[in-house]
Amino acid sequence: MIKTAPATTASARIRGAFSEGRLTWSGLALTGFSILVYLFLYAPIVILVLFSFTRDEFGVRWTGFTFDWYIRLFNNPRMMGAAWNTLVVATVSTIVSTIIGTLLAMAMERYRFRGRNAMEGLIYLPIVVPEIVMAVALLAFSAIVFDVIKMVTGETLRRNLTTVTIGHIAFSISFVVVVVRTSLKNFDRRLEEAAADLGADSWQTFWRITFPLILPGIIGGALLAFTLSLDDFIISLFLSGPGTSLLPVEVYNRVRRAVTPEINAISTLMLILSMALVALSQLLQRRR
Amino acid sequence: MSDSIAIELRDVVKRFGDVVAVDHVNLQIRDGEFFSMLGPSGCGKTSTLRMIAGFELPTAGSILIHGREMGLTPPHLRPVNTVFQSYALFPHMTVAQNVAFGLEMRKVPKAEIARQVKEALELVRLSGLEERRPRQLSGGQQQRVALARALVNHPEVLLLDEPLGALDQKLRKEMQLELKSLQARVGITFVFVTHDQEEALTMSDRIAVMNKGKLLQVGTPTEIYERPNCRFVADFIGETNFIDGVVIGRDGNYTVLETPEGLRFRGLATRPLSDGTQVTYSIRPEKVRLLAPNGELPPNGLAGTVMTVNYIGSDTRITVRINDRRTIDIWEQNTRSTLDRDEYWQPGEAAVIVCPPDNALVLSE
Repeated sequence: MIKTAPATTASARIRGAFSEGRLTWSGLALTGFSILVYLFLYAPIVILVLFSFTRDEFGVRWTGFTFDWYIRLFNNPRMMGAAWNTLVVATVSTIVSTIIGTLLAMAMERYRFRGRNAMEGLIYLPIVVPEIVMAVALLAFSAIVFDVIKMVTGETLRRNLTTVTIGHIAFSISFVVVVVRTSLKNFDRRLEEAAADLGADSWQTFWRITFPLILPGIIGGALLAFTLSLDDFIISLFLSGPGTSLLPVEVYNRVRRAVTPEINAISTLMLILSMALVALSQLLQRRR
Repeated sequence: MSDSIAIELRDVVKRFGDVVAVDHVNLQIRDGEFFSMLGPSGCGKTSTLRMIAGFELPTAGSILIHGREMGLTPPHLRPVNTVFQSYALFPHMTVAQNVAFGLEMRKVPKAEIARQVKEALELVRLSGLEERRPRQLSGGQQQRVALARALVNHPEVLLLDEPLGALDQKLRKEMQLELKSLQARVGITFVFVTHDQEEALTMSDRIAVMNKGKLLQVGTPTEIYERPNCRFVADFIGETNFIDGVVIGRDGNYTVLETPEGLRFRGLATRPLSDGTQVTYSIRPEKVRLLAPNGELPPNGLAGTVMTVNYIGSDTRITVRINDRRTIDIWEQNTRSTLDRDEYWQPGEAAVIVCPPDNALVLSE
């Protein structure tokens, strides 16, 4: 009895230490592992941002701080042109895909119609189909459409920003539908009945009740569409014509020649824009 | 209360696929009355209400509001307003905006809206909460906002779909009385759907009892309780003793039935019944009397043995066995204040029950 007593108190102490969150081997291991995971995820990004400010021409060594690469970037017409193209394509494709996606989500959530199940499956296909397949399909399709137009009107069309925009709309719609449907599922249909009961016609009911309440979902869908369009590479590469390249494609073309801090700089700016959009969407969701 | 008809249902049928939710209902609701539709869930009461509001269209039959055929008229053009079971308050609007919604839809001038909203909130005793959001209110307060939002439009008829269902027991009792007095003050016809028989009895001028889509009986609370016209109504409203038997004849105003084991009971029949008809005898537990045996059975008396005696405060509930397979429940009011329960009925004691035929009913079906 006397011999076992200290052992009991010792094990009790260990258990106590663990439950009070003090340092233990398992606790240390968990912390260390977590740090490694975050390092793995974020170290490359931190280095990228850091080396957009280095004086070193090849952007691989730290030789002092400078804003030069950003200034040079803003004075580079090719880069600025690509950035502008990207913003235009992202904005237009976001607006169009958000409107179509919202209407589609409403139709699928509200109505029972012939072929609804088939549509259900088809609408999510672009999310799972490999992007390269989608890109090749869109390229082939645009070629056929151009041929038909040439046959009918005699006009020769070439791939340009419009074709890229249409490509982006094509894959963005699915994502918008997914996000908007979630908020429609949480929407209480009785609120619409209440509005109708109080004298609102269906148009007034939509704009006064339904729309404000599913707006966070619509904005979420739009932001997702915007970010997807911003950083899309494969479809942008396939569908853009000569002289109308988008930023990710332009960055890739540069990198093939040499990695310069200028590339780091433009990447940093894209990162900041994406993070700002995510923060904005989080903020809007929380306000509701 | 005038005699004009606020709502009339003519042979209304509602089918959802193969399910008949409302089965040939004919009904007239008078102007200014507090009318309840009572029945178990799925009896068709809510479907009926939704057809009056216009959320559903009847499969057959017609609905008239103040004599006007509603036909395909959509909800927003009907002169009725609804208080929903879930309240259905607009979560993105303040209390005042919720109440103002109906007036805005009717393009009432701004100043007039402000005045009427204030008045409506005073009516439901919610002044001072104008700027709150619905989720910042308690269940009872949300309930009042829903009421104010509907009443502010001065509807010809107010439809209420189990509006007290989500409230706790105490609040529910309070709101019952408040709704009733509110209805008396505003003078609007209320059509109130509930599955709670006590609630319907407390509040209503008249009650319609429904089951399986059919309208079984329409009457005042007393009529429904004292003179149910069928077994279902007698069973659903309050509690009762049921005894099955066959009609064997008449005795003055009373119809006589006999049970398989040869007991005879007398009661009032709600319609003429020919001999041999399968019937159910019904007598409420508070209407049966319990006497000490004194050698001779009184008229309408039966000998039995006390089985259980349960004191529940206001009443004592006693079960008496009258033969191998039959017991009768009796409720006696505790009119005397005494702690000495030994003086009262004891299990195992012999007793005589008396079923006054004026208080008993003979029901068919």
